[in-house]
Amino acid sequence: MSGTFENPEVVQEEVDILLIGGGMACSGAAYEIMRWADAAKRENGVDLKIKLVDKAAMDRSGAVAQGLSAINTYIGDTQDPADYARMVSNDLMGITRDDLAYDVGRHVDESVHLFEEWGLPIWKTDESGERHDGSVDMPKLKDGGKPVRSGKWQIMINGESYKWIVAEAAKKALGMDRIQERIFIVHLINDKNDKNRIAGAAGFSVRENKIVIYKAKAILLAAGGCVNLFRPRSVGEGQGRAWYPVWNAGSTYSMAAEAGAELTMMENRFVPARFKDGYGPVGAWFLLFKAQAVNANGEVYMARNKEMLNDYPPYGQAAVPASCLRNHLMLHEMKEGRGPIYMDTVTALAKLRETLSPREVKHLEAEAWEDFLDMCVGQCGVWVGENIEPEKKNSELMPTEPYLLGSHSGCCGIWVSGPEDVGAPTTEGKDGVPAHLPSGWNWGYRSMTTVKGLFTAGDGVGASGHKFSSGSHAEGRLCAKSMVKYCVDNKDLKVEFEETPEQIAELIYKPARNYLEFKDYSTAIDVNPNYITPKMLQFRLQKIMDEYVAGVATYYTTNDKMLAVAEEKLGMLKEDAEKMRAKDLHELLRAWENYHRILTAEAHMKHIQFREESRYPGFYYRMDKNFVDEENWKCFVNSIYDKKSKQWTCFKRAHVDLVDKTKLFKAAAH
Amino acid sequence: MPTFVRTDKCDGCKGQDKTACMYICPHDLMKLDKDGSETGHAMKAFNQEPEQCWECYSCVKICPQQAIEVRHYADVVPLGGSVQPLRGSDSIMWTIKFRNGVLKRFKFPIRTTPEGSIDCYGGKPEASMANVSKSGFFNQMNGYRAGNPAELIRK
Repeated sequence: MSGTFENPEVVQEEVDILLIGGGMACSGAAYEIMRWADAAKRENGVDLKIKLVDKAAMDRSGAVAQGLSAINTYIGDTQDPADYARMVSNDLMGITRDDLAYDVGRHVDESVHLFEEWGLPIWKTDESGERHDGSVDMPKLKDGGKPVRSGKWQIMINGESYKWIVAEAAKKALGMDRIQERIFIVHLINDKNDKNRIAGAAGFSVRENKIVIYKAKAILLAAGGCVNLFRPRSVGEGQGRAWYPVWNAGSTYSMAAEAGAELTMMENRFVPARFKDGYGPVGAWFLLFKAQAVNANGEVYMARNKEMLNDYPPYGQAAVPASCLRNHLMLHEMKEGRGPIYMDTVTALAKLRETLSPREVKHLEAEAWEDFLDMCVGQCGVWVGENIEPEKKNSELMPTEPYLLGSHSGCCGIWVSGPEDVGAPTTEGKDGVPAHLPSGWNWGYRSMTTVKGLFTAGDGVGASGHKFSSGSHAEGRLCAKSMVKYCVDNKDLKVEFEETPEQIAELIYKPARNYLEFKDYSTAIDVNPNYITPKMLQFRLQKIMDEYVAGVATYYTTNDKMLAVAEEKLGMLKEDAEKMRAKDLHELLRAWENYHRILTAEAHMKHIQFREESRYPGFYYRMDKNFVDEENWKCFVNSIYDKKSKQWTCFKRAHVDLVDKTKLFKAAAH
Repeated sequence: MPTFVRTDKCDGCKGQDKTACMYICPHDLMKLDKDGSETGHAMKAFNQEPEQCWECYSCVKICPQQAIEVRHYADVVPLGGSVQPLRGSDSIMWTIKFRNGVLKRFKFPIRTTPEGSIDCYGGKPEASMANVSKSGFFNQMNGYRAGNPAELIRK
C-alpha cells in the first residue's frame, strides 16, 4: 500500500544499529562496522542487523559533497598525536578534550591510507623537492611516499571525487540492501523504561509519502553541523553560497538534545575569514603560495596589530595564534576604516615566479585554480564575473556569518565518552553537574553520548575539533567498533518506545497537517495567519541571531541585555515552529531542518549567556564581559535540554590537560 | 550562483521516474516537471529553490546530457562569466570563461582506480572481538601513530 500526501504510509522496522547520515563519519562507520559485525557473529553468535539512512545520496552527501583540495588532518610519521592535541587546544582557546583529539590523532592516518588505496589522488614530493599531482605513479603514503604539505597538518590532493570514492567503499562494505537514501530522520525516540536510553529514530522519505520509524539498540547520529542559523551576508540568490554546506541544519545537535544528550561548548562558533562572497578556501594561499593578507593600504595587519595578540595570553603567543585571534586583528582593521582586506595574490605569485621555470609557473597557476575547482567552484564564479586573475588583481577577504560545527575549526557538539588509556579524568572536578550524568571523561563505550546507545562522530563530537574529513571518517570507524561492542554486551536488551507510533507519525507530519487544514483560508497560500512557511521561519531565526546574538550586523558583538531579548524572541519562534507548514515533501524537509536550526540556535544563545566572558575574540564578543577569564572560565560549558519543559540547563565541567601545553609557547620563542 | 537547465538539452533522463540530477542533489533542489505545469517545459528538470543552491556542481557533473550549467548568483556577481566542467572516469576538464572574454582550460585527475573497482575488504584481515576494546582498527596500514607515552602527563 503506498501512501498519499494526505495519508502517508507508516513503515516500522527493527534493527540493532542505525547509522544516521551518509557523510564522512557514517561512511567510516559503514566501512569498519561490517568486519566487527562478522566477528560478533562468528565469535559471539550475535547476528546484528544494521542500516544506514541518508537524507541525500551518499555519492555526494555531507560536507565533502563537492570535493576537497586538501586533507587537513594527516599526522605523518614524524609528528606525535600529542602535538596534534596541542594544536587543537590552542586553536580553540585552550578548552578542548585532549583525550578525544589524541585518539583522532593516533587513528586518522589509517583512514587516509585507505583513501589512497581506494583511488584518491594524493600529491607527492619527489627527492628533488618538486611536487607532482596524484595521477603520477609514486610510492604510496603507507609505503613512505612523501605528501605535499600545505601546512603542518594538511596534505594536498586532487579531491574532486573524494566523497564519491569514500562512499563507494562504504556502500560496498554495507551492501545496498542495508542503505536507504533520501530518508530524513527528524526525531529520536527514548526508551520507555529508561529515559536515558535510546530506542529508535523516526523521519520520512523525501521521495515517497512515507513515514519511517526505526527501532534500534544503538544509533550513530552524524548529520553534520549547523549552517544558516545566522543571517548570511548574501541574502538573495547568493544565500545558498554558505561557506559550510547549506544542508547542514543542526539536526545532530537538536535531535541529541531532545533525546537528553549532554551538549558541550555550544557557545563556540566558527567565523572563517575567506575570499569574499564566494567563500573560497584561503589555506593554500597562505600556506602553499605564501600570500599575505593586507589592509587597503597594503599593510600586513597581522604584523601591524601584533601587540593585540598579547591581550590574550597564552593563546596569542603560540607560533600559530588561535584562528579567532587572527580574525580579531582583521576586524580591528575593518572597524578602524582600513578595509577592504585583501589576499595579496599578486605579490605572492610574482615572488614564486622569480624562482620557477615557465613550466612550473603554468603548473602553479593550475594549482591555484584547482584549489577552488576541487571544493568551491563558486569562488571561480566570482573571479570570472569580476575579471579577477590572481596574478593581476588581488582578491577581497571577509569574515563570514557564524557557523556551528565540531569537525573543522570549531568545537561545539555533544559530550562523548573518550578513550580509557590516555589518562583522562574519571571523576568530576566541578559542582553542579546534574546527578544522572556520568563523572569523568569515559563511561565504557568510545563516542557514546550520555544517552545509552546513542553515539556520534564528526561534527557531532564536541570539545575537540580540527578532525576535518579524515578525522571524521576515523571517528566514525571508532564508533562502529564500540557500537558493535555495545550490542554484544547488551544482546538481550529489548528497547521499547516511550511514544506510540501514532504519536510519532503525527508529530512528524504536523507541518503537512497544518497546511492541509488551513490552505483554503486565504487566497495566497504563503500569507496565512494559521501557519508559517519554513522560509519565513528561517528568516526570523536569522534576523534574531544576527541582530542580538553577535552576527555580522553588530560586528559579532552582543551583551547580556541583547541575549535576554534574543531569548524571549527565540522562545516565541520555537512556539511558532509548531505552526510551520509543508505544502509538499520538499517543504516538509525544509520545515524540519529549520526546526533543528532553531533548537541549535537556542543552545548557542544559552551557552553564550552562561559563559560570562568572551572566550573567542574575533568569533564573538560579549561586550559586558569583554575579556578572557582564565580563573573562572577555563572550563567546559555543558548543557542538557528537557523536551517536556523545553528548558535548557547549563553547567560547568572541569578542564584538565592530558598533554603539556607549555611546549606550544616554548616553540614560539625561537 | 544557482544552476539552470537548458531546455534544448535536457531530456528528463528519458522519462525515467528519477532524473540523475534529482538523484544526486544533496539539498533536494532538482525536480522533474512531468507535465510542464511548473515551468512550461514538460519532462524537463529545474532547480526548484535556486536561493538554496550551494553551487556544488554535483548535478552539473552528473548530467548525461550536459544540460545543466550555472549562472553565477545575480545578487552578487556581474554577468558574463562561466565555469563548466566535463567529468570523465579518471579526470575532470574545466572550461573557464571570464566576463572580459579571457578563456582558461584546466584538466585535473580525480581518481587513480577505475570507478566501481574498490575491493573494500580484499586482502584485509578479519576483526577479532578480543581487540574490540583496544585502540586501533580491524586493519593496520602503517598509519597507526602510537605516540610517545611520555607525552601523556596524567597517565
